[in-house]
Amino acid sequence: MVKVGVLALQGAFREHREVLAALSADTVEVRTPEALSGIGALVLPGGESTTMTRLLRTSGLHGALSEVLRDGLPCLATCAGLILLASEVLDGRADQEPLGVLDVSVRRNGYGRQLESFEAPLDVEGLAGPFPGVFIRAPVIERTGPGVAVLARHDGRPVLVRRGPVWASTFHPELAGDLRLHELFLKEVA
Amino acid sequence: MPDQHVDPAPGATTGTARVKRGLAEMLRGGVIMDVVTPDQARVAEDAGAVAVMALERVPADIRRDGGVARMSDPAMIEGIQAAVTIPVMAKCRIGHFAEAQVLQSLGVDYVDESEVLTPADEAHHVDKWAFTVPFVCGATNLGEALRRISEGACMIRSKGEAGTGNIVEAVRHLRSILGEIRRLTVASPEELFAAAKEHRAPVELVQEVAGRGELPVPLFCAGGIATPADASLVMQLGAQAVFVGSGIFKSDDPAPRAKAIVEATTHYADASIVAKVSRGLGEAMRGEEIGTLDVKLAERGW
Repeated sequence: MVKVGVLALQGAFREHREVLAALSADTVEVRTPEALSGIGALVLPGGESTTMTRLLRTSGLHGALSEVLRDGLPCLATCAGLILLASEVLDGRADQEPLGVLDVSVRRNGYGRQLESFEAPLDVEGLAGPFPGVFIRAPVIERTGPGVAVLARHDGRPVLVRRGPVWASTFHPELAGDLRLHELFLKEVA
Repeated sequence: MPDQHVDPAPGATTGTARVKRGLAEMLRGGVIMDVVTPDQARVAEDAGAVAVMALERVPADIRRDGGVARMSDPAMIEGIQAAVTIPVMAKCRIGHFAEAQVLQSLGVDYVDESEVLTPADEAHHVDKWAFTVPFVCGATNLGEALRRISEGACMIRSKGEAGTGNIVEAVRHLRSILGEIRRLTVASPEELFAAAKEHRAPVELVQEVAGRGELPVPLFCAGGIATPADASLVMQLGAQAVFVGSGIFKSDDPAPRAKAIVEATTHYADASIVAKVSRGLGEAMRGEEIGTLDVKLAERGW
């Protein structure tokens, strides 16, 4: 089984580690470029994308992550993690500068404020039966580029997309109490 | 901008415990900063704050001015909501559910039922289950934390002593809560019944905490954090994120201090990074000895 690096600058990194540990995967917290050595997959958790963007820059991880992801490191990004990966961020800050690894346009806080945070069951390609979708101040994917496959939708909009080894969701599988999405990701990348 | 928002429906449920606690999970490892103007909110967001607390006066000024401290003017809160894209929190008085209703109608992302404001009810806290907006509450010990959780709080912050720039009370409250949790994890089943009585908390919650070894909601730290090393200290003790009130905007040079505290919270276990970001920040807020205070805010709440 591959060792999975979990970006741990801020946000729900612990929950991802717990899910991965329940699936018997080794994990390591990534706060510096050195922590990227020896990992076979990466998780970018939810949190505040503006905070993480700033910390990516000050820690030197911005360049290092771009490099390993362009070299094909498998990655599962959730919520703010998706915003970090996107090629275009709408309603972002001028200095937000995403990694640009996944060709999607994403709108931050696309459903509004916390009062609009919600749960909804999702049909996910490759999973039998509905998956609990937990959307917290979630972004909305407004555009998917060529080669980006949509694995789940909510109300007609993409909420889980994949391009090769890079998977990204607008919802939080790590809070779902359901291991199947992480399991599917690990099976595909391992 | 609201017209660009997508309606969550159909088949969607809002205000569940999972999405209310979930936002607290997303703030882990971050710094929530008190701000009194849109400009300060922008400084906080630029520095990497995960959220701001919109206030009319920071606790140090509330302490200095005296009088009754209430919920902020809605216009002031809306000004801050318009200035930043990160979550905006606001405070209501203990037990003042009408202020909480107003804050929910303004669309704030978290309500802090806070001892920093003057309590409105000497026996009852707000029934937080009745709200879609999530609540954070302060606690000085495990029993207080569990009573707030039983009322529906989705995040607990250790109280410390707000507006003092003195970390000693925050450390005491954090050590108290975490130490009491550790003791529960080694208690026998019959001891848990006694512990529930002692903590004046529901036995089901006491049993849950004993089994998990932590609270069922995130535990953050507030009240007295003024330096990057303060943030590192409370994170190493077991806080999962920090609130900084007067410590930033009552210091000499707020922007660099705000950035430094953000860095120190993320890299709390790496002393060389905490050292690096602590250099040349200018004077921290002056601070107060706890023994000289006329009013101890942490004693409010029941």
